[in-house]
Amino acid sequence: MSKRIEVRDLNVYYGKFKAVEDVSLTIEPRSVTAFIGPSGCGKSTFIRTLNRMHEVIPGAYVEGEVLVDGDNLYGAGIDPVLVRRQVGMVFQRPNPFPTMSIADNVLAGVKLNNRRISKSDADDLVEKSLQGANLWNEVKDRLDRPGSSLSGGQQQRLCIARAIAVEPEVILMDEPCSALDPISTLAIEDLIEELKRDYTIVIVTHNMQQASRVSDKTAFFTIAGTGMPGTLIEYDDTSVIFSNPSVKATEDYVSGKFG
Amino acid sequence: MTATATPPTAAESPRAYQRLGDRVFSKSALIAGSLILVILAAVAIFLVAQSLPALVADPNDFIGRPDSFWAYVWPLVFGTLWSASLALLMALPLAIGIALFISHFAPRRLAQALGYIIDLLAAVPSVVYGLWGIGVLAPAVQPLYTWLTENLGWIPLFAPPASGTGRTILTAAIVLGVMILPVMTAICREVFLQTPVLHEEAALALGATRWEMIRMAVLPFGRPGIVSGAMLGLGRALGETMAVAMVLSPAAVVSFAVLQSRNPSTIAANIALSFPESYGVNVNLLIATGLVLFVITLIVNSIARWVVNRRKDFSGAN
Repeated sequence: MSKRIEVRDLNVYYGKFKAVEDVSLTIEPRSVTAFIGPSGCGKSTFIRTLNRMHEVIPGAYVEGEVLVDGDNLYGAGIDPVLVRRQVGMVFQRPNPFPTMSIADNVLAGVKLNNRRISKSDADDLVEKSLQGANLWNEVKDRLDRPGSSLSGGQQQRLCIARAIAVEPEVILMDEPCSALDPISTLAIEDLIEELKRDYTIVIVTHNMQQASRVSDKTAFFTIAGTGMPGTLIEYDDTSVIFSNPSVKATEDYVSGKFG
Repeated sequence: MTATATPPTAAESPRAYQRLGDRVFSKSALIAGSLILVILAAVAIFLVAQSLPALVADPNDFIGRPDSFWAYVWPLVFGTLWSASLALLMALPLAIGIALFISHFAPRRLAQALGYIIDLLAAVPSVVYGLWGIGVLAPAVQPLYTWLTENLGWIPLFAPPASGTGRTILTAAIVLGVMILPVMTAICREVFLQTPVLHEEAALALGATRWEMIRMAVLPFGRPGIVSGAMLGLGRALGETMAVAMVLSPAAVVSFAVLQSRNPSTIAANIALSFPESYGVNVNLLIATGLVLFVITLIVNSIARWVVNRRKDFSGAN
């Protein structure tokens, strides 16, 4: 299922403002890639270009190419809706649909586009997805309760279950643990470790330990100053980034010396 | 939890210092809150007290000599509910559509301009709508009514003969629909705009199209607001007097046919038209119909409350 992502010379704009400049990198399938860097450095903007979610903001557009197994996401005639069905996303704050039950939340993506699914298939898929998100045992007795009745960490795992229910090629996670307590964070990190077997995972995080714990490769982004575009400074194996980075700015950032 | 001290009892807890501003504010808020109950009670007491003579009087004293009080009031109740439901049926989908367009589809400038126009519509007095109904709408739709009775007359709703003036209950319902449109649109627009961006993005990130996103995130979230808006609109349509009184030529009938010249009147319009010439127990009769209207609106609002509360856990407010 998982696919390789190649980004070539990508510039991201919000109207006239250039938010991210000249990013090129390759993300291997069945791996976890972490994006780190100070706030406002464009890492969230960049991760959103990988499933075209940045287009939700009026006036946003990109230059360059994002290839998923060789297919350009920004090619002519490519429907962003179909891109997002292949590249799932988990957000900073858990966002299950409050008006739906736990089971309906899991099935939300599957039922899109008027796809029909039999009751037994649906039940199987709910169980499989919730198992996959390590949530099944906690919620199996209350699948008809609203998603908002769960704790924050459970809600986030519900969102992950919802994302994997549609069997995407890639899962993007934009600071998935920043609103969670350490125990819930640990649960999510364990889950990422398991999901890696089947999916290509990209995660944005502000937590250095988290990046070093969960990721295989790490990309460090930063900006030269306010109003300047964010750039990719260094992209390498996580162990290299955290022990022996080749750029001084990276070393300063991961060791906490960054101003 | 052993370290927690036992909570102080009420007697030994130090009294909080009462600031003058707090006291004045809390008292005035209390008075304002009580006032609404007093006013409501005053109206209810007036209605009941003045209705009693009509309820116990001999029906032969009433104008038109109906068999009983209920025989007199039933066509009016029917006309009130029928015209208001027709109006709601036409206006609600339109209101939701306009509100969605303003909140999620229109460019910002156009959305703002449309919002102002909608608010302006709400400020037009109902007598003006009534004049428009008689002078413009009725003649304009009359040929359509004739066509409908000739071609779709087999549907009981459109049973012939068509009214020659176009002043039927359907015309009145259209005028009512136009009148209640602005308030419903305004409320729907407000709740649609308050849909959390998080939920919209969740739907979009799953690969929802714009319409699917609206169906998945915006409409379910806005449902209580839509119901409240509809109830406000329905309340206004039930109680609307002038527009109906001007457009309809009333008859004491109960009929679902919407294109004929004999139409049931509504309670409010009937009170307005009959009151100037009423005397004696007939005044009490009209007030009694007012009490019936009061009860109807109360029931309608309770139903709406029940609908909203039924799925409270899923409302998104928690």
